[in-house]
Amino acid sequence: MYAQMVKSEATTEDPEKLAAFQARIDAGEKIEPKEWMPEGYRKTLIRQIGQHAHSEIVGQLPEGNWITRAPTLERKAILLAKVQDEAGHGLYLYCAAETLGVSRDELTEALLSGKMKYSSIFNYPTLNWADIGAVGWLVDGAAIMNQVPLQRTSFGPYSRAMIRICKEESFHQRQGYDIMMKMAQGSPEQKAMAQDALNRFWYPSLMMFGPSDKDSVHSAQSMAWKIKINTNDELRQKFVDQTVPQAEYLGLTIPDPELSWNEEKGGYDFSEPDWSEFFEVIKGNGPCNAERMEARQKAWDEGAWFREGLMAHAAKRAARKIAAE
Amino acid sequence: METVVKLDLALFEGLCRLGDSTLVLGHRVSEWCGHAPVLEEDIALANVALDLIGQTQLWLGLAGEVEGRGRDADALAFRRDVWEFRNLLLVERPNGDFGQTLMRQFLFDAWHQPMLKALEGSNDARIAEIAAKAGREVAYHLERSADLVIRLGDGSEESHKRMQTALDTLWPYTGEMMASDATDCALAEAGVMPAPDSIRPQWEALVGEVLGEATLKAPESAYMHKGGKQGTHSEHLGHMLATMQWLQRAYPDAKW
Ligand SMILES: [Fe+2]
Ligand SMILES: [Fe+2]
Repeated sequence: MYAQMVKSEATTEDPEKLAAFQARIDAGEKIEPKEWMPEGYRKTLIRQIGQHAHSEIVGQLPEGNWITRAPTLERKAILLAKVQDEAGHGLYLYCAAETLGVSRDELTEALLSGKMKYSSIFNYPTLNWADIGAVGWLVDGAAIMNQVPLQRTSFGPYSRAMIRICKEESFHQRQGYDIMMKMAQGSPEQKAMAQDALNRFWYPSLMMFGPSDKDSVHSAQSMAWKIKINTNDELRQKFVDQTVPQAEYLGLTIPDPELSWNEEKGGYDFSEPDWSEFFEVIKGNGPCNAERMEARQKAWDEGAWFREGLMAHAAKRAARKIAAE
Repeated sequence: METVVKLDLALFEGLCRLGDSTLVLGHRVSEWCGHAPVLEEDIALANVALDLIGQTQLWLGLAGEVEGRGRDADALAFRRDVWEFRNLLLVERPNGDFGQTLMRQFLFDAWHQPMLKALEGSNDARIAEIAAKAGREVAYHLERSADLVIRLGDGSEESHKRMQTALDTLWPYTGEMMASDATDCALAEAGVMPAPDSIRPQWEALVGEVLGEATLKAPESAYMHKGGKQGTHSEHLGHMLATMQWLQRAYPDAKW
């Protein structure tokens, strides 16, 4: 997911307080920033929301790669609007994280130093125009799977950010599927682009949910705290079940010879992605890790004078105001 | 009969000048996507680019209609070559640093806003209508770009230096906005579009005020480049079009 493999923090607080806290969560209450919370809850949330925010920001890059090459004015406008939404999502999430006592600059520095991660999916390249369709359809589709249940997460600001984000996500997925439809029904070259995009994005999309966590203690804690709602496998299964018929409708082939309907479980059986590839991507060895971080670092470094200039102006203005009083 | 044909031709030219300028600037601004110095700027730039692309659809859509040869806005945007583009030279200037991007935007907005205001008075209702819609968007662009030029001009030593350099570099491309040729004269005489030099007093007042507050100085040199409106461009435009038009050119029969 946008927040993959988030480790939960052990908590060593007063058991009575912890029990009362857990009771509130179990009762479906929202936890607000000023209220007491276990340190582990706070730290895990910072990690998860921060990673999610970074993913929205880095996620602008693979799609931004095609804004200047969008084939029509309409497509260019739709893609711009979509990428703009993602930047907005980043902003909501950084704001949610700030309520936990960490600033956006601190989070950005943690991203740039490699201390914090972003979703593995954005380390894959967008190579043809159908990739923009595939990203909307599959990547936003997978994100929605995770974000819809997170609207019910226990931390108030996170939940509210998710509600706003989910409102926009369905448009993202629709525009992606619409591009795929045009491509899949288009010329032989377009059809080939669509199939190529699906071939390359299928397994990385399945990886978005993270490796199986049915035995993970971190996940169990996060689920008890309701900052994780479903297991990775549940969400992955749901995603496959939703996506296979959509691919069939497009006339495209999912690149998995093992894919078959399992009547008994009422879902598809499918091949696992190559998890060794996933761990390499997480480590920094994906096809675009270096470019993505370079782009973010460059934006940050080259923007320094701009940010400092604005601060200098604000300081001058404040000084003038005092002098005038 | 002769003059009617000529006016139609001038009208097509005039609409391409508007639509190509918004298209080319929208494209330039969109190149920033994901690379701006702060998240708020990523969002604001995408917003400006979106508005400009939307305005392009309207101006070039109308241009195609006026031309009457079955070309729509996409055909005009993606299937014309460099010499057929009628945008101002200012908007095809490369992005440079963020200061240059902002200064280019401000110098353009300071013309664009009064230009649209005047276009609202066009005796062609279609033009007046587009101008009114675009004008609401551009009022916001101008507010934002002017504000940032002031804050960065009167900011740190470095931001001041960068903004002054941007101004010096871009200044010689501003004259074209207010210079008339035969097409402009024909359109102004017919009451369809304002004479370019009629925008000058407002542009100068606005730019003077903002630069003053920003503690920036306009260069003394009066030399001004021109040619964009007539189709003589810098080398930069060809590269932009190579990127922008590539899919449409490579797969001419495809529907997207
Ligand atoms: Fe998003
Ligand atoms: Fe999205």
